[in-house]
Amino acid sequence: MAETLLDIRGLKTWFKTDDGMVRAVDGVDLRIDQGETVGVVGESGCGKTVTARSVLKLIDMPPGRFEAGQILWRGRDLVPAEESEMNKIRSREIAIIFQEPMTSLNPVYTVGDQIAEVIAQHQKLNKKQAMAGAAEMLRLVNIPNPQRRVHDYPHQFSGGMRQRVMIAMALSCQPRLLIADEPTTALDVTIQAQILELMQEMKERFGMSIMLITHAMGVVAETCQRVTVMYAGKVVEEAPVKALFGDPRHPYTQGLIRSIPRVDRAARHKERLEAIPGTVPSLLEPPPGCRFAARCKYVTDICVGAMPPLKEVAPGHFVRCVL
Amino acid sequence: MPGSTPASLSAKAPAAVAAPGVVAAPAAAAEPRKRQRFSPWQEAWRRFRRHRLAVVSALVLLLMVAAIAIGPLIWTVPINEIDFAAKLQPPSWTHPLGTDDLGQDVLARVLYGGRISLAVGLAAMFVAIFVGVLVGAISGMASGRVDAVLMWLADLFLSLPQLPLLLLVIYLFRDSLKAVFGPEGGIFVMIVVVIGGLRWMPAARLVRAQILSIREKEFVEAARALGASKLRQVVQHILPNALGPVIVAATIDVAAAIIAESTLSFLGLGFPPDIPTWGRLLADAKDYLDIAPHWALFSGAAIFLTVLSINFIGDGLRDALDPRRVI
Amino acid sequence: MNRQYLIRRLLLVIPAMFGISLVLYTVLALAPGDPFAELAANPAVPPEVAAALRAKFGLDDPVWIRYWRWLSAMLQGDWGFSFQSRMDVERLILQRLPTTLLVIGAAQLIAILVALPVGVLAGTRPYSLFDQIANTLAFVGFSLPTFFTGLLLILVFSIQLDWLPFVYRADIDATGWRFYWEHIKQSIMPVMVLGLFQGASLVRYVRSSVLDVVRLDYVTTARAKGIGERKVITKHVVRNALIPVVTLVALQMPVVFGGAIITEQIFRVPGIGSLLISAMLANDTPVIMAVTFVFACLVVLCNLIADMVYAWLDPRIAFR
Repeated sequence: MAETLLDIRGLKTWFKTDDGMVRAVDGVDLRIDQGETVGVVGESGCGKTVTARSVLKLIDMPPGRFEAGQILWRGRDLVPAEESEMNKIRSREIAIIFQEPMTSLNPVYTVGDQIAEVIAQHQKLNKKQAMAGAAEMLRLVNIPNPQRRVHDYPHQFSGGMRQRVMIAMALSCQPRLLIADEPTTALDVTIQAQILELMQEMKERFGMSIMLITHAMGVVAETCQRVTVMYAGKVVEEAPVKALFGDPRHPYTQGLIRSIPRVDRAARHKERLEAIPGTVPSLLEPPPGCRFAARCKYVTDICVGAMPPLKEVAPGHFVRCVL
Repeated sequence: MPGSTPASLSAKAPAAVAAPGVVAAPAAAAEPRKRQRFSPWQEAWRRFRRHRLAVVSALVLLLMVAAIAIGPLIWTVPINEIDFAAKLQPPSWTHPLGTDDLGQDVLARVLYGGRISLAVGLAAMFVAIFVGVLVGAISGMASGRVDAVLMWLADLFLSLPQLPLLLLVIYLFRDSLKAVFGPEGGIFVMIVVVIGGLRWMPAARLVRAQILSIREKEFVEAARALGASKLRQVVQHILPNALGPVIVAATIDVAAAIIAESTLSFLGLGFPPDIPTWGRLLADAKDYLDIAPHWALFSGAAIFLTVLSINFIGDGLRDALDPRRVI
Repeated sequence: MNRQYLIRRLLLVIPAMFGISLVLYTVLALAPGDPFAELAANPAVPPEVAAALRAKFGLDDPVWIRYWRWLSAMLQGDWGFSFQSRMDVERLILQRLPTTLLVIGAAQLIAILVALPVGVLAGTRPYSLFDQIANTLAFVGFSLPTFFTGLLLILVFSIQLDWLPFVYRADIDATGWRFYWEHIKQSIMPVMVLGLFQGASLVRYVRSSVLDVVRLDYVTTARAKGIGERKVITKHVVRNALIPVVTLVALQMPVVFGGAIITEQIFRVPGIGSLLISAMLANDTPVIMAVTFVFACLVVLCNLIADMVYAWLDPRIAFR
């Protein structure tokens, strides 16, 4: 039985704004076990990024705050943890890479400096050893000429290479969990595949777990063991990947899967690409019932009245829907 | 004018409200039922109101301007009534701000000086903004070589040491201008033209930047497709968006012009010595600091308060028209 | 920062100097009347000198030749003769320039030493009490005209408290550290006046820049490394925040020189600023032109230094 590394229970991360409280994450449960890749999908604004950053407490605390919930890392709740304790976990046990490689690296320091900084912080090595470690990491992520490139600045790398550098930096202390927040969205399609492959390779090499946040269902199908679908700050479905794609229960999930363009089907049946009508509801004053109700084909009065709870409809398969 | 302003001005409001550094607070995509719709100008006024110091300063400035404009009608003590018996007196009921070394009433002189300072400030600001907007608009719309030349000129002007140049021009042209416009008029024209002429660069840069960024935007293209001439494009669509930062720059210009004029007068190189501008008052008062500090203090405080309130108002305007609030 | 950039930047000094000197000379040429007629009419000027000046400035030649001659004379260090002080202008200026540079330099140093930490602290805690107070004080600082601040300081420290002398004496007859102490005592107020003004605007620039940088992605990345907030600020934020500040400081230099002129005038510091004023009051044209020219050169120099510092701070620049 694999160890449960990350267990998010009922997390509510809200933001105080001039117009009211934005409930970005409004009661989210998420679990990641040792060695597995969990996908977190949903459209922009559904709360995936906030969830990810909440884990490492990278949210600015005014205006953001933890309204409720626990983030259990190997049994220990991170919500009340002090900054000093969080710093021991950041990059050492949980690492994170972001969406925009072009702006995620500090432009005034060399790539080697930035990687060495992490190494030196968590593994008491001197500067020379840390730099050697940085070069080694660059080699691991398949950057050619690592010994020389370790002294280059971020602007001397392309987008895909910078993302590799980010991965190198994140993995330099061999964390147990890598949170990847849309790591390939900003990259060319061909580079995307390379990066995903690299992440898979690193996962196997270091025995890591990965929380892969994305809005691309295709990527999820290829790389994840389990998938969580989020909508408007809540989890609406959670299942092993085959079950999710084979038997999606929530109308939103169904819509997402149906909206993946498929060349074979379109050619055969001359199908139109199906989009989900409507837009995401406001997170300021969310409706009392199911948040998807306004866009749902199967909406009933019960749906609008009260928020349906998360039900287990099959082993390991949870759905938040009355159907 | 608000009608032609694109959503980008009002769209700044929710963006400005976003949580910094980490997450753009998930913007409410659909309009919540309760939120009112404000026009961009109302939004700006709302934001300005939140800047307490700016609001207070606006009131203070209003009071000062009223005092300067109407004061002499009420406080009719002449500014140059010499009375040696009453010289260097501290504040009293007959002379609320005291008297100077010739027994003249300081309050009356300060009020008069205020008129000059404000006039110079506003006039210089108009010159600076007019030239700046013109140059910036030409530069932005023409681009190419004209743009390069004008921007090189702007860089050059930015490198000029302002006060020395100001002094130089006054030194060289003082007499001839006096002949044409009269002693006060000549100095006025010269000071306004030179101060304004050395401060057009920020406004030009702002306008040019606006033009360059908006020129390619869709709604301008649409106007162009509808056959709007270049001039119309500029005036109707582009300038209103540049208005915000230019207004902020204009307020700073007024404050800077007032300081520049009083500096010149303090050095004895501005208006003729019998005209009681604030700088002149300080210049005269500085020799009596030990026995009559009130004279210098009130004169200096006048400059200080005016400039301070203008600066705060400028800051409030910046918050209102070009918001980057963090929280 | 590579050599190519350095050379390119140095070469840019030439057109800058041309441009500024052109403006100066244009102003002079446009001036009606003959400023040098004063010289000729002035009994203090020996007639040979007046004639030589007319010849040197070639007052009867076409404008561009006069400009060229004037410029080459300036660049060669031949700045004319001051009849007010009865010596060569270049000697006069060189005598007084160090004092000005010292006062300005000391003021800048103090301004930076104070404004940097205050600005960073204010920027990292926006809208806190500290930030509000710092902001307000900054506004007060640059709304006070330098001459008023000077007078206020004199009122308090010289007249009321009698702690500091307010007339600068270049010749202090004391020796050893007493000499330095006296010099420092009389320099404190002028340096403070200038430094206060500069520091106030610097605080706002730094704060604004820090606010901009702190929002950027790579700061979040730095935080995610677990190195601690203090290191995130001092290592990652500050260096990036300083980059635009350097440019702004350089742009401010012309204003600083103006402030120096006033400060020297109030405290009677024997620098080139007070020299300019006294020359204007005495109609000593060669001195006026030369001092203005020196100020212009200083601005060009400051811009050059700023660009160098900028390139050192930001490795992206040198690669353009």
